[in-house]
Amino acid sequence: MSSLDPRINRLELPQIPGGEILKNQEHWITYEVFHIKKRGDHPVHVGCVHAPHPDLALVFAKEQYGRRLACVSLWVCKSSDIHAFSMEDEDMFYSAVSDEKKYRDASGFKVRDKINKFKKGNSDALV
Amino acid sequence: MHSIKNLLYNIADDLLIMGHRHSEWTGLGPILEEDISFSSLAQDKIGLAYQIYKILNETEKEDLPDRIAFLRNESQYRCCQFVELPNGEYDFSLIRHFLFDHAMDLRFRMFGKSNYQPLSFLSRKTAGEMKYHILHADIWIKQLGNNNEISHVRMQKAIEVAFPYSLGMFETFPFEKELIELGIYQGEQEIKISWLEKISMILKEANFNLPDPEKIKPVFGGRTGNHTGFLKPLLEEMNEVYSSDPETEW
Repeated sequence: MSSLDPRINRLELPQIPGGEILKNQEHWITYEVFHIKKRGDHPVHVGCVHAPHPDLALVFAKEQYGRRLACVSLWVCKSSDIHAFSMEDEDMFYSAVSDEKKYRDASGFKVRDKINKFKKGNSDALV
Repeated sequence: MHSIKNLLYNIADDLLIMGHRHSEWTGLGPILEEDISFSSLAQDKIGLAYQIYKILNETEKEDLPDRIAFLRNESQYRCCQFVELPNGEYDFSLIRHFLFDHAMDLRFRMFGKSNYQPLSFLSRKTAGEMKYHILHADIWIKQLGNNNEISHVRMQKAIEVAFPYSLGMFETFPFEKELIELGIYQGEQEIKISWLEKISMILKEANFNLPDPEKIKPVFGGRTGNHTGFLKPLLEEMNEVYSSDPETEW
């Protein structure tokens, strides 16, 4: 069986009968990485890493996602721990944004964004 | 002050040569993330070496940093033989990274209290970097120590090869005593004692045995310019571009 990890496939390792050595190493766990730009900010999903355990996942995440952006912390969690709706069920959400039910559109939030932006821009003046 | 120069050359040369060795893993790391890690360790080491060459230039009136780094003869380098050794396989490189960075971290923590201001300033500036280098090393030591028999045996073997050389990091040098008396730092012996304590603890957690330091003959020589045959080819490669035309503007 070929690996799901392209990095393993690139190595073109000889197939070992029984595949025992490969089996131990080929599928590390996938962790989702969340990046926190500054204290108090929400963690933002930035990508994933493959690692055998959470400690190494953090180290790998630090190298890949903590080097180029301002960062105060990172979160990792197993991808398999994330529960999600299926994309097949996308139509369940349709009514929320359809034209016939415009009144459901939480447009007030957009105003709130503008107010916050204005406040932020004028924070010195307000103090 | 002549004595401080000795100390600065020792550390900066250790960092430069260690950084160069780490950079040799770029493109060859066993997995992508480790390839990136060693490349980034290399950048940090060479960056810190540069900062110390800058102190030598600006405060101690030595030559320009690039010229110090690239234009000296082999015997003028003061790095310990430990950092000159070829990378070997990943086991040896990891162990060396572990032994080296714990010593460097303790050294810089000590410099934090130095009354030589450029060093205490640099110590504060690099604390975060050092913390991460140690975290990276420790995680791999524990991972490979407690993983399977192959990884354990290979790492243990690498420890036995690396250990006598690693003691060379604490080789004494002219004026060391004077620096201690002046309150520049507490000396090599002090760093070695805390280092042994720290690494024994982590190696034990990872089920490795550290050879008895009392029964091991340290590999000295680097601090007096006596190097292994591995340094010369390294320098030739490292200095090739710069020395082809030292007057070029980069």
